[in-house]
Amino acid sequence: MSSNVSSPEITHAPEHASGTGRIWKTFWVLSLLTVIELALGYLLYFKHGQWSYAPVITTKLVIAILTLLKAYYIVSIFMHLGDEIRNMIMTIVVPLLLFVWFIVAFLWDGNAWRNLRNTNGHSRPAQVEQVQQHQPAAADKDHKK
Amino acid sequence: MSTTAIPTNTKWWNGGRSPFNASYGKVMMWYFLMSDAFTFGAFLISYGTIRFSVNHWADPNQVFNAFPFAGHANLPLAFVSLMTFILIFSSVTMVLAVHEGHKMNRKGVEKYMVLTILGGLAFLGCQAWEWTHMITGDHAVLVNGQIEHWGTTVTKNPWGAHVMHEGQLVSTPGPIAFGGYFFGITGFHGFHVFSGVIINVVMLIKTRLGHFDQRGHYEMIEKAGLYWHFVDLVWVFVFLCFYLV
Repeated sequence: MSSNVSSPEITHAPEHASGTGRIWKTFWVLSLLTVIELALGYLLYFKHGQWSYAPVITTKLVIAILTLLKAYYIVSIFMHLGDEIRNMIMTIVVPLLLFVWFIVAFLWDGNAWRNLRNTNGHSRPAQVEQVQQHQPAAADKDHKK
Repeated sequence: MSTTAIPTNTKWWNGGRSPFNASYGKVMMWYFLMSDAFTFGAFLISYGTIRFSVNHWADPNQVFNAFPFAGHANLPLAFVSLMTFILIFSSVTMVLAVHEGHKMNRKGVEKYMVLTILGGLAFLGCQAWEWTHMITGDHAVLVNGQIEHWGTTVTKNPWGAHVMHEGQLVSTPGPIAFGGYFFGITGFHGFHVFSGVIINVVMLIKTRLGHFDQRGHYEMIEKAGLYWHFVDLVWVFVFLCFYLV
């Protein structure tokens, strides 16, 4: 093999090999977060068509925040990014902050398109589709019972 | 953690050592994963934009409610939770393989790499079942006043808004983008899982051949591990965007 010489760039011995306690702790944290997400998902399912817009969107936001927390644990502990030096962490995390603006701008745009369609370019008040959206949910419930 | 071992006045940029205290390969793996994160992010944000721009979108609890061998039982979120836990667990076995690599324990690395590969294959099997179930599904859809039976494909979406038809509540065709985004994004993720399994198999073979013992370190396992954890990381977001909300 050409590569049985150790890389001259490896200037440190990885010393985060102390124990597996941290790994298993992270596993339980990730599992717990997933279970909470699923519980909220089922809450949304059972309240489908009963809740107004505000509690639904709040629950979805909480699920999204829990997802970000899971991402933090995976990247920081499983991928050991938390153990790297600060400069390297910053070169990865700072560019990813662009996503904050991407998400806000693009979802805003999608929503603007929906409003334009529903109002035919603001030439009439929103109608029809908006009503249709709630009808099936209510009818679905009756169907099940 | 490791930063505590480094003197505070170390001159990182004077040359002679890695300014990031990591090997070239590992740093480049991180930057590759960052660019891959932008690719996945672009797909998911595009999906979100289209979803926000229409009045009715497929309800995930209705679309993904099947479980193998459970017939027509209505089990929303169940199968995808299984897939999520498979991937979390294979992430744990991967990080344990990296841990054994730090201890230069070849047998331990082999054991955990095998478990990780099995986890990856289990996930791919689940995804194959889910895709088959969706494509070959049979759902009544009202098209031009006629009832047709559709599966979910990139050109057909039977999960539109419901209307009354001859005294019965039936679905209408939904936005065509649904199938394209679902199969496109989960397919791209599944392709990452597939290539991750291939990489892990190569690593297992190299471990068994003793290449890393000769080299004096198991850093390749760490790099493969970074890729594998990234696949789990992406799934966390796919799970959020397609199945939970």
